[in-house]
Amino acid sequence: MPCIEAHALRKAFGTTVALDSIDLCVEEGCILGLIGPNGAGKTTALHAILGLTPYGGELRVLGRDPWRERDRLMRDASFIADVAVLPRWMRVSQALDYVAGVHPRFDRAKAEAFLAKTTIPRAGKIRELSKGMVTQLHLALVMAIDARLLVLDEPTLGLDILYRKQFYDALLNDYFDRSRTIVVTTHQIDEIEDVLTDLMFLDRGRIVFRCSMEEFESRYLEVTVTPDHLAAARALKPLHERSRLGRSILLFDRADRPRLAALGEVRKPSIADLFVALIGNQNGAQGASR
Amino acid sequence: MTTQSNAFPESTVAAQAAPAILSATRPWCWSVRRELWENRSIYIAPLAVAAVYLSGFLLSLTRLPQRVRDLAWLDEMHQRHAIEQPYHMAAGLLMFVWMAVGAFYSIDAFQGERRDRSILFWKSMPVSDATTVLSKAAIPFGVLPLLTFAVTFILQWTMFLFGAGALAGSGLSVTTYWIRLSLVPMSLLLLYHLVTVHTFLHAPFYAWLMLVSAWARRMAFLWAVLPVLALLALEKLLFNTSYFGSMLMYQLSGGGTEAMTMPGAMPMDPMTRVTPGHFLTSPALWIGLIVTAAFLAAAVRLRRYRDPM
Repeated sequence: MPCIEAHALRKAFGTTVALDSIDLCVEEGCILGLIGPNGAGKTTALHAILGLTPYGGELRVLGRDPWRERDRLMRDASFIADVAVLPRWMRVSQALDYVAGVHPRFDRAKAEAFLAKTTIPRAGKIRELSKGMVTQLHLALVMAIDARLLVLDEPTLGLDILYRKQFYDALLNDYFDRSRTIVVTTHQIDEIEDVLTDLMFLDRGRIVFRCSMEEFESRYLEVTVTPDHLAAARALKPLHERSRLGRSILLFDRADRPRLAALGEVRKPSIADLFVALIGNQNGAQGASR
Repeated sequence: MTTQSNAFPESTVAAQAAPAILSATRPWCWSVRRELWENRSIYIAPLAVAAVYLSGFLLSLTRLPQRVRDLAWLDEMHQRHAIEQPYHMAAGLLMFVWMAVGAFYSIDAFQGERRDRSILFWKSMPVSDATTVLSKAAIPFGVLPLLTFAVTFILQWTMFLFGAGALAGSGLSVTTYWIRLSLVPMSLLLLYHLVTVHTFLHAPFYAWLMLVSAWARRMAFLWAVLPVLALLALEKLLFNTSYFGSMLMYQLSGGGTEAMTMPGAMPMDPMTRVTPGHFLTSPALWIGLIVTAAFLAAAVRLRRYRDPM
């Protein structure tokens, strides 16, 4: 059964279209990276999935209508919005007590075990914790919930590189298994590249790209060519071309690797490279047509 | 945060078993509890006021024996009135504290969680908007009345014990003081007054403040007051009447006559004043409760739609 299933999902704020008839199917057991520029509709899509905002079209999450059944859905789904949403007046022990009190799938022992490895003071107030500690606490709460769907909206925003790396490592090592589904949005694409199983680019409320990471790795190649090979490389119809230190870097979809190798140094592009190629091309084309 | 692979110990039996079925009231109870964690003024304010009042009363005890001797020349009704006065003042003061705390709490109940974006955390829990609204409504409609009664009860009985001690030390009759004071009927009357007037008749006001709190993006207090003032002014300008104002005042203060008779006069047994039958059949009570339910239902709907600010 798909974990998330959307058909013609729409959402507008006044005249601004945030989600423009999206069709989406996320299977159980995948880690989907939802990537897009600011204002692409990522947070709106996540809020719709969690029943936090009304929408048009059809949407089923874990077999439920999120808008009508948010409280029931939240028994099986967890959510980290960003580091600032834990109530600042609350004590760490109160946060544990509260979640244990209201959530039927919360395992307090798990949360305590996770917190025991941190320096978070149990009696301290959340407002007294650093940003990194607040994220650790939120992660401890969420990881102790036996949820089938975890939604992360810029969960490491404002954190330094160490906390960011620890966050995703903990998520993979201690939480994820094939029975759970994770949907994550972030601007730090490179840091989650190894974590994802599926990839989706969203721009202006539309899905502009969707593939599995396996497909991504087998389809796309980047070649760095010197000016004397540039014409031959362009003849192979690259998706995108950019320059660096006097050399051209061209990105290809389904190109023949030996042919590219004859033109220059071939390497696997990063998600960020493909994102710039696809979204940058579209935005550039739109900008040029204006 | 470390990344050791053995990060968690073996899951507990509870975690492996099917999730426990929470009783329907458990999320509500925890939601009320977290309101008390967040808004400590709910219990600190009445306790602080009671402590200050008690200190003042204790300081005045040096003059109590002489005052009681002076009262001997008055008739029984006036003696009772003079002896009960500091006790009534204590109750009145704590009722005022309830109204102030309840109003400030209600006006910030839903705006605060959107202002600090914590609404996203609360909504990530399996707690419905209706449960949340009812748990917040439980503060002015349940917690504050009980707390006000408990604090007033303890304060008045403490005042009596110290007062009786001061009189006994001066060789005056504690029994007469006890009889004149009628502390037990006074406590029962207080409980009845708190439930009827301050809980039921005032309910629409707290519900209105909560509704505005759920609706307004900012300046909730102004949004709560301005429409009321506008309606009062409009009625006066268009019809030269003040029915709306009279209705508000009746609900806020005069409605007390629905629950008791003879306001201002104190019979020998104060409990003879209560008229629960009249109160329960009063239109003011039922219209007020219907309006309260409508305001709270609107607050549930608004909370569902509102995003963080």
